[in-house]
Amino acid sequence: MDRNAPGISKGIDIWLIWLYLLLAGIGIMAVFAATYKEPDPMMASFFSFKTDYSKQLYYFLFAAVVGIFILLTDSKFFTATANIWYAVGILVLLLVFPFGSKVKGTESILRFGGIQFQPAEFCKVSVCLALAKYLSLPNMDFSKTRSQLIAAGIALLPAIMSILQSETGLALVYFSFFIVMYREGLPATILVVGFSIGVLVVATLLVDSDVLAIALTVITAIAGYFVYMMARRKSGIIMKVVIVWIICVGIQRFGVPMIFKNVMQPYQVERIYSTIGRDVPDEYKKGEQTALVQKKKPNAKREETGVDYNVKQSKIAIGSGGITGKGLLKGTQTRYDFVPEQRTDFIFCTIGEGFGFVGTTTLLLIYLLLLFRMVTLAERQRSVFSRVYAYGVVSVFFFHIAINVMMTIGLAPVIGIPLPLISYGGTSLLTFTILIFILIRLDADRQMVLR
Amino acid sequence: MFNQSRSYIIRLIFIIAFLIMIVQLFNLQVISSKYQLLAQENAVFKKIVYPPRGIVFDRNRKRLVSNVLMYDLMVTPYEVKNVDTGYLCQLLEIDTAEFKSRMLTAIIKNGRYRPTAFESLLSPEKHARLEENIWRLGSGFYLQDRPVRTFPFGVGAHFMGYIGEVDSAIIARSDGFYQSGDYVGRSGLESYYESVLMGQRGIQYLIKDHRNRLVGSYDNGQLDESAEAGRDLHTYVDAELQQLAEKLMTNKMGAVVAIEPKTGGILAMVSGPNFNPEDLTGASFRKNYGKFVLDVSRPLLNRAIKGQYPPGSTYKPIGGLIALDEGVITPSFGLGCSGRYYGCGHSKPACTHSNPGHARNLRYAIANSCNSYFAHIFRLSLDHPKFGGTKKGYQKWKEYNNAFGLGTRLGIDLPSEDKGSIPDSSVYNKVYRNSWNSCTNLTLGIGQDMMTSTPLQLANAMCLIANKGFYYTPHFVKSIADETKEDTVLNPFRERHDVLTHIPDTAFQTVILGMQDVVEFGTARVAKLPGIDVCAKTGTAENFKIIDGRRVQLKDNSVFVCFAPRDNPKIAIAVIVENAGYGSTWAGPIAALMMEKFLNDTLRAERVKEVERIAGSNLMPGWLPRVQYIEDSTRARYWFNLTNDSSYIKKYLRRVSNAPATPKEKPAPAQKIVRRQNEVILPEKNHLIKKKTAAT
Repeated sequence: MDRNAPGISKGIDIWLIWLYLLLAGIGIMAVFAATYKEPDPMMASFFSFKTDYSKQLYYFLFAAVVGIFILLTDSKFFTATANIWYAVGILVLLLVFPFGSKVKGTESILRFGGIQFQPAEFCKVSVCLALAKYLSLPNMDFSKTRSQLIAAGIALLPAIMSILQSETGLALVYFSFFIVMYREGLPATILVVGFSIGVLVVATLLVDSDVLAIALTVITAIAGYFVYMMARRKSGIIMKVVIVWIICVGIQRFGVPMIFKNVMQPYQVERIYSTIGRDVPDEYKKGEQTALVQKKKPNAKREETGVDYNVKQSKIAIGSGGITGKGLLKGTQTRYDFVPEQRTDFIFCTIGEGFGFVGTTTLLLIYLLLLFRMVTLAERQRSVFSRVYAYGVVSVFFFHIAINVMMTIGLAPVIGIPLPLISYGGTSLLTFTILIFILIRLDADRQMVLR
Repeated sequence: MFNQSRSYIIRLIFIIAFLIMIVQLFNLQVISSKYQLLAQENAVFKKIVYPPRGIVFDRNRKRLVSNVLMYDLMVTPYEVKNVDTGYLCQLLEIDTAEFKSRMLTAIIKNGRYRPTAFESLLSPEKHARLEENIWRLGSGFYLQDRPVRTFPFGVGAHFMGYIGEVDSAIIARSDGFYQSGDYVGRSGLESYYESVLMGQRGIQYLIKDHRNRLVGSYDNGQLDESAEAGRDLHTYVDAELQQLAEKLMTNKMGAVVAIEPKTGGILAMVSGPNFNPEDLTGASFRKNYGKFVLDVSRPLLNRAIKGQYPPGSTYKPIGGLIALDEGVITPSFGLGCSGRYYGCGHSKPACTHSNPGHARNLRYAIANSCNSYFAHIFRLSLDHPKFGGTKKGYQKWKEYNNAFGLGTRLGIDLPSEDKGSIPDSSVYNKVYRNSWNSCTNLTLGIGQDMMTSTPLQLANAMCLIANKGFYYTPHFVKSIADETKEDTVLNPFRERHDVLTHIPDTAFQTVILGMQDVVEFGTARVAKLPGIDVCAKTGTAENFKIIDGRRVQLKDNSVFVCFAPRDNPKIAIAVIVENAGYGSTWAGPIAALMMEKFLNDTLRAERVKEVERIAGSNLMPGWLPRVQYIEDSTRARYWFNLTNDSSYIKKYLRRVSNAPATPKEKPAPAQKIVRRQNEVILPEKNHLIKKKTAAT
C-alpha cells in the first residue's frame, strides 16, 4: 500500500495485503475464465457491470474501499463495538425469518431493491469480534466449564439460526470456532471426542451396522483388557470403557438413524451419502417428495441425481486438467457449463481444469501461506482480543478452504460454502475482506493492549 | 504464552488437511487418466454427416430416382415459450392432446435441450403453411431440410426398392458400420448397390455444453472428415418403356420382364399388383407399408423374380432345342397327332389341333404348339438308350434346362431372387417311391407338372434363343459413375455365358423360325408388327388354389414370351398375367405393345387405344376379397385372443352375411394336397386321369 501515508501504513502487515490482492486477482481471473462467452469484447465487458467477472471486479473495488476505511478506523472501535456488532448480526439473522426470500433452495437471503444480502455470511465477522471480546474479558478463566459453554453459545447461536434457514453449510462454519477455543484452552479431549464422533458417524454410514457394532465391541474388549492390565485391575476404569462402548454403539445404532430420519432434510441426507459414494438407504428415504422422485425415475442411475452429478462433473473437470492444465479459457468442462455453480462454490474446478495440478497446488500453497501468516500474526499479539480475533479469522478461512476444495474433489459433502476471496459473490468477498482488514488493523496496533 | 504450544498443533492440522487435498489432486490430475477421456465424452459430439444418395438414371440419362429436399419441423422443447399452441395445431391439423403427446415424446427421446423432429417430412401444403408462419412460433420451432428419394417417372417400385431406417439386425451384421437412425436400402437396387449409392459418411466434431446444446466446432474442425456424395448408377432401363409396361399391368397380377439380349440389360421390369414408388418414401412410408404387407395380393412381392409360374407352352421351344441337341430328333422329325397323345395309354395330354400334319416337323409343331409332339420328344429325351435309363436321361435333361437358366438363380442385381423349379430326379423318386418313368412326368415336356420358372428366367431363356446360345446375366446397371478398378460389383454382369453355343445354328434357326410362324399364322398373331420379324410363343397354364379348404381351379395364367427382331434381337420379353386366360388374350398384346414402343420408339395411333383398353381392364383374381376376408378375420381373432379387445373382431362377427363368397369358378372336389406358394401343381395319385391340360 501507499508507504507515504503513515496514518494507514504504519505497522501494517504488507505480506497479508499482497496475499489478499493476489487471491482476489486470481478470483477475478477465475470468474472470468468460468463465465466469459466468446463473442464478448474482453476489455469492454470487464467494465460494463453486465458480466459476472465485471461485477466481481466492482465488488472487489468496493471491498477494497471498505478495507481502506477499516484501516483508517481506530482499533478501539472494534473492541468497543464488538458486542453491538454481534447483536446487529443476530438481529439481521432474525430479520430473515419474516423478510427472507427464497433463492436456490435457501431462505437466508435478504433483498434491498436489487441487492442481495446473506446475513449468515456477514455474521461470521460478528462472531469473531464477539468471541474475541468475551474471551478477552478481564478475569476470564476459560478453564471453567461455564465460560466454555458461553463461548460455545456465542459461536453456535448463529449456526442454529442458519440451520433453521436451511443453510447447513454456513452453519457448519461456526463449528470452526472450536479451533479458537482450543487455542484458548478448551480441553483437547473435547476436540478429540468431537472428532471421534465425526469418524464414528461416517463409519456408521459406510459400514454395515452389525459389522460395525461387532468391530466396536471387539475394540472395546481389547482396549478394556489393556486398560485393565495397565490400570492394575481397577474395576472403575472398566466401567468407563463400558460406558464409552455403550455411547459408541448407541450413536451408531440409534443416534445416527434417528437424526437422519427425523432431523435432517432428505436433500441433506442425499448430499451426505453422495459424498461417501453410497446410495441413500431406503430407511432414510422419507416423505412424499422422495417417493415422487423415485416414481419418476424408477431406474435412475446414481450419476443422474443432481448432487452426485455435481461432484462427478467437478472431478472430471479437475481431473481432465492434468499436470499443467488446458490453459485459460481452454477448458471444455468449465467453459460449457458442465460443472454447476462453477463460478461460485465450484470455482476451484475452473482453476483445476485450466491450470492443472501445478495450478491447484500453487493456489493451495498460497492459501497455506495465508493461513500460516495469519497464525503468525495471531501469535504476536499482545492483547487477547486481537489474538482470539485473529484465530477466529484463521479458523473461518481454514474451514472454508478445506471444505470447499475437498467437496470439489470428492472428499467432503457438497455443502454450499464459497472459496474465500475467489468464488463469485459480493457478500462473500466483502465478508472475507472485512475479516482480513480488521485483522490487519488490529495487528498494526499489536503493541497496544486492547480490551 | 498460555497455551502457545497449541498454535503448532493448529499449524500441523492445517498442513495435514492441505496434504490430504494435494494428494487427492495428484491422484485426480496426474495419476488417473480416465478423466481426460470422460471430459472428451462430455464435451465433444460426433455428428455424422449424411451425403446425398446417388441418383439412378435410365438408358437415356433420365432420372429414375433422385433426391428432393423435404422438411422436418423440429422442436427444442426448452425453447418453446408462449407459443400459440392452437395456431400451431391448426397449421399441422392436429389437436392439442396430440401436440402434448408429441412434445412429451420429443422430451423423452432427446431431452429438453436437443432438437427433435416434431413432424417429419412435412407434406408440401403443410410445409408451405409453416414456411410462411414459422416466425410466429418462436425459436423453439424451426424447419430442417432432409433429402428424400423421389421418382420423377413414378415407376420402378419393385426393382428400385426403398430405403428405410436400419434395424438391429442390420446394425449387428454391418459390424457397427451402421448406427441406429441411419437409412439404408432395404430392397431392390437401393439395397444391392447400397455401398455405391450411400457414399461415404462424414464426421463433424462439435463441442456441446452441459445441456447437450451444440455450441461450435471442436478444434476448428481440424479432425472433421468430410462426407462423399453417393455415386450415380446408369441403368439399361428405358423409363418410357417401363412406364408403358406399368400402365399395361394396372389391376393385373403377374409380371413383365424385358431384356436386351445383346447385353443382358433389363429394359423394363414390372410386377403386378404395382404401386407408386413414392408410396414408400418419406412420410408416406409409415402409412402405406403396413397396408401393403397386410394386402393378400402381396403388392410388395416382386413377381418378376419371385413369382414361380409353370411356363406352359412357352417352354416348348426350349424342349425342342434340347431334343435336337441331344440328337433324339432332327428338325424334320414329325409326329402324327390326331388331337391327343396316346403314347402313355391314357390319351393325355390333349392337343388343340387335330388336323393331320400340324406336327409334321419341329417348326410346324412349334407353330401349332402341338402338345403331343413335345410330350413325345420329352419322352424321347429321357428314354434314349444312350443315357442308360430314364432317370439318367432325366438328369441330363435337367442339366440342359439349368443351362437355359431354368431352375437356377440367374444372379440378377436384385436381392432375393427365386430359382423356380426343375425338380431333381430324387424329388420324383421320393414322390413316386422310385417307380416312375417318362410317362409319369410327361407334362414337363409342355412346361407343366413340377416345372416352375420366374418371368425373369423365361425372358432370359428367350435371350438365349435369340442369341443362339449365349447370354449375359440379366442386370439393371450398365455403369457406375466414376467407376474404378475397385468397383467389382458389375464384373459378373459383363461376362458372356456361352452355355449353349455348341448347339448348331441350324437347330436354333429351326426353333426361331417356328416361333416366327407362331406370330405369322399361329396363336401369337396379336404380336405381329409391320416390318419387324417377331418371334414369340404363347402359353396358358392351369392354376389351382386352396380356398376354404377346397382345391379350386382358377382361370388359367396367361403367359407370353417373345423377342424381336429375329435376326438382330434388341428386346426379349416375358409376360405373365395371372388368372387371365389364354396367352394371346392379355399377355400377348402387352408384349406386343412393349416391343412396338421399344423398337419404333412410338406407338401407332390405333395402338394407343389398345393401351387404354388393356390398362382399363381389371383382371385381379376373383378370390382376392375372400382370402383377404379370411386373413383379416383370422388376424382379428388372434388379436382378440391375445388382448380381449373386441374392437377389431366385431365387424367380422356382425356382418357374416357380408363376407365375400367363395369364388365359384370351376370348383374341384376337395382334396388334401401340399400347398406351395404361387400355385405350384403337385401331382396327386390320380392326376393323370383327372387333369385336363390346356394348350394353345
